[in-house]
Amino acid sequence: MRMNPRRLFLIAVPYGWLLALFMVPFLIVLKISLSDTAIAIPPYMPTLDLSAGWAGIREFFSGLDFENFTWLTEDDLYWKSYVSSLWIAAVSTFFTLLIGYPVAYAMSRAKPEWRPTLMMLIILPFWSSALIRVYAWIGILSSEGYLNQILLWLGVVDEPLSILNTPLAVYIGIVYTYLPFMILPIYAALEKMDESLLEAAEDLGCTRIAAFWRVTFPLSRPGIVAGCFLVFIPSLGEFVIPSILGGSHTLMIGKVLWEEFFSNRDWPVASAVAVVLLLILVIPIVLFQRNEEKNA
Amino acid sequence: MDTKPAPAPFAPWNDPAAVPLIRFEGVTKRFGDFTALQDINLQIYPREFFALLGPSGCGKTTLMRMLAGFETPTEGTIWLDGKNIAPVPPNKRPVNMMFQSYALFPHLSVWDNIAFGLRRAGQDKETIKARVEEMLRLTRLDQFARRKPHQISGGQRQRVALARSLALGPKLLLLDEPLGALDKKLRQDTQFELMDIQEKTGTTFVIVTHDQEEAMTVASRVAVMDAGRLCQVDTPQHIYETPNSRYVADFIGEVSIIEGRVESVAEEIAISYAEGQKPIMTRCAETVSPGQSVFYAIRPEKIWVGSEPHPDRINSVQGTIVDIGYLGDVSNYHVRLDSGQMVKALMTNAERYAASRFTWNDRVWLSWSRHAGVVLTS
Repeated sequence: MRMNPRRLFLIAVPYGWLLALFMVPFLIVLKISLSDTAIAIPPYMPTLDLSAGWAGIREFFSGLDFENFTWLTEDDLYWKSYVSSLWIAAVSTFFTLLIGYPVAYAMSRAKPEWRPTLMMLIILPFWSSALIRVYAWIGILSSEGYLNQILLWLGVVDEPLSILNTPLAVYIGIVYTYLPFMILPIYAALEKMDESLLEAAEDLGCTRIAAFWRVTFPLSRPGIVAGCFLVFIPSLGEFVIPSILGGSHTLMIGKVLWEEFFSNRDWPVASAVAVVLLLILVIPIVLFQRNEEKNA
Repeated sequence: MDTKPAPAPFAPWNDPAAVPLIRFEGVTKRFGDFTALQDINLQIYPREFFALLGPSGCGKTTLMRMLAGFETPTEGTIWLDGKNIAPVPPNKRPVNMMFQSYALFPHLSVWDNIAFGLRRAGQDKETIKARVEEMLRLTRLDQFARRKPHQISGGQRQRVALARSLALGPKLLLLDEPLGALDKKLRQDTQFELMDIQEKTGTTFVIVTHDQEEAMTVASRVAVMDAGRLCQVDTPQHIYETPNSRYVADFIGEVSIIEGRVESVAEEIAISYAEGQKPIMTRCAETVSPGQSVFYAIRPEKIWVGSEPHPDRINSVQGTIVDIGYLGDVSNYHVRLDSGQMVKALMTNAERYAASRFTWNDRVWLSWSRHAGVVLTS
């Protein structure tokens, strides 16, 4: 089939975008992950020397190996970080869903004139820097923080709870930061649902609760899935929140990545960590999408 | 050869011994200050195909939603099969509804949509399978069982909605503008299909519609509604031929309404409607007294248009043709009487070129019999 130039152009734009901003950077990172460290600028070798011609290219490729990936399996810091990140991301996503779904549901059931305001309130935090908002949680969660002051004043606790610098603080930070990404897609799915579907379900013998589980919930599934991905993927590689709120004991792959790059200046190992992280994310997404296409 | 007695026509509303399936007793529904329904008294009998007809906002949908259980009456009682249904929630009523939007569950296949209610009722797998297949056959959807609602046409969706609402074998099926989303041709076919299915299943149907033709076609009785009140509840024929008010006469079909005053009352009453014109002579079922002001309503097809007065008809007046609508089978004439009133007449074009006998501004005679029109007092 021949494509006319207009269509070719239209398709070329997104493909060009992906190529330049995703594929090329990925290939660069992949290349670095196969290199060796060097005390040089850039801090790895080999580098491609095109002036040497064919021999230069051959030499370049012969210098690449999987040593760094092997290293990732040898030091248990890495796989522990991956597992811990996956766990933290999964738990945070679960709680984000648990909080986000009722909020989205309430928004979609609110009077139409209220919805833009509610939507605004969800989006409003984005107007200030995420970094500042995460820092603000220190003031809330620290042992002299507002939360502890209130709890002490209410007499709920006798001595301040230590929340800051624990995994709990990381969960709170992630749930707080990513909550809008869960609410918005679920809201979008719920809002367009025809309310007569619920009446039909009731008419056919469902109680209100059963109608929710049989109709509302399955119909909001695409929103739930989108929201979970939007929360899970970035929180898996999250660096800012664990390093600000999690203290030194929280093991997350984003922090490891940062340390390899900037503390150890080991770019090849850091790149290998990044490539593995990407694979961890890409494989389930591809499998999931296949499954969705089959079901559609 | 013995002759069987002809089966009595289906008319339980005329039978004082018949027990209605639904009884509305003084039902009023208010939403805040707005009165949606005002003192409704109505009986609907088993196996009826009952139509609620009226313009949008007349309360017909509210009436239906009260039967389904989505609204409760502010005052009065609704009896279904001898039980007050006000405290019964929608999921416990032996009533099912076919929604205007069809409300098919988009995530379920046609088969699962139809099985939805049966599963909730906790029936066993074999029973469900048999019942769903029966419904699929009834609505001719066998080949589409595995499709999702978005993969079938509008007409098929309508049939799925019908099959789903019939699957539980309700005592009463409510249909909210069931054919509104279909195009005209499909709508006509579906009307007959609905009647067919209603007859086969023996279910009582209550249909809400604003399309008078649809109501007339399918229903055994029609309730014409306006502003939260029942104007007239009767068979389509009675609604059409003996409307009880100007509103009903005007809402159903075409009509010309002439305002006049009763001149004399005898076997026929005489209605004078204009200075210097012969009064209209008509039979009248209602009791009227001389001097009373009344409305005379006459349907276009009852009026004969000719170049001479019709010899056998008691009423003849002269007028001028203002407009002609040629529809092929029939022609509509808008005639201005010499006294100023506009009257609509309809003639069948029984012969070719019959329509070309008259043209604009022709002087014609309109003739009609003493039984042609009705006298209305409101």
